[in-house]
Amino acid sequence: MKQLFEIGGVFAYLSLLTVGGGMAAFPELKDLTVNVHHWLTFPELIHYYSIGQLAPGPNMMMVASVGAHVSGLPGAAVALVAFILPTGLFTFAVGRLWARLADWPWRPAVQRGLGSVAVGLVLAGAIILGRGALISPFYMALAAVVFALLMLTKVNPAWPIVASGALGIALYLL
Amino acid sequence: MGATSIGGGVVGYLRAGLVVRQRWLDDASFVELLAISQTLPGLNATNMSILVGDKLRGTPGALLAALGMCLPGAALMTAAAFAYGVGGDDPLSRAFLRAIAAGAVGLILMVMVQLGAKVLGGFADYVFAGITAALVAGFGVPVPYALVGIGALAIWWHRPRPRKGGDT
Repeated sequence: MKQLFEIGGVFAYLSLLTVGGGMAAFPELKDLTVNVHHWLTFPELIHYYSIGQLAPGPNMMMVASVGAHVSGLPGAAVALVAFILPTGLFTFAVGRLWARLADWPWRPAVQRGLGSVAVGLVLAGAIILGRGALISPFYMALAAVVFALLMLTKVNPAWPIVASGALGIALYLL
Repeated sequence: MGATSIGGGVVGYLRAGLVVRQRWLDDASFVELLAISQTLPGLNATNMSILVGDKLRGTPGALLAALGMCLPGAALMTAAAFAYGVGGDDPLSRAFLRAIAAGAVGLILMVMVQLGAKVLGGFADYVFAGITAALVAGFGVPVPYALVGIGALAIWWHRPRPRKGGDT
């Protein structure tokens, strides 16, 4: 029971950091789940994150995996609700206020200022994930090819990722 | 209660579903709601579904839209966690998982470049983004400090000025 409260607390806190997208929270997600609470190992977290890229819906539904990993179905439910409810209520409230904020002179400043920080946080997340995932030149090349493919074509991101997995298996079998 | 039919998907799917197919929104209001979703904390797709649900059907619409957006993926990922517990140690699945992790890094870099192209307007913005990334990934500064510290600095940099000018 205590653990469920901990899961709730961790993911409610993480949800507040997801400015500009879920990846912004990844550095803290790694620190709290791996280093502080020892709920799972870094490679396990990376694997869940990667599988999450293949699931429908928002790309951070992997929080449910982490919850389930720690304490089964209740853990998954608590992690999901805690991750979505605080910011959801906030968005709901601000969405109704936004029309009135349209002429607020600081609005563009807030939008641009937070935008830059959000890009930095996503980059930090990518670096931390990369440190754990790009463990040999083969994986670096794989990441570079997926990146180039997604930049140059409009292919659905799920396909190159599934293809990477297939390549990984092929390499293992050879 | 048609709002529940949003079965999940990323922003591109959202536009196709909401603006083109269902005609619940016109393009202008779609872009406006999307801008709100991206500025506020929270997952963009979840925020978006809450805003659209609220606009169309009020509070119940927002609630159902958020659930509809998240539950399919969350259910699948919960199942994935159990499958992982059973088969995650098998060498074949380890080879698969490691390779898709590398692919995911490529995907995030793409997301970052797209986000960057949209929001980074001048040299100062790149500096703010660079400092944030260096602090968090290089020096292990906790994200909230970086977010509040650099965020406040960046907002102050772009503070409203009486006349337009000096914007790098």
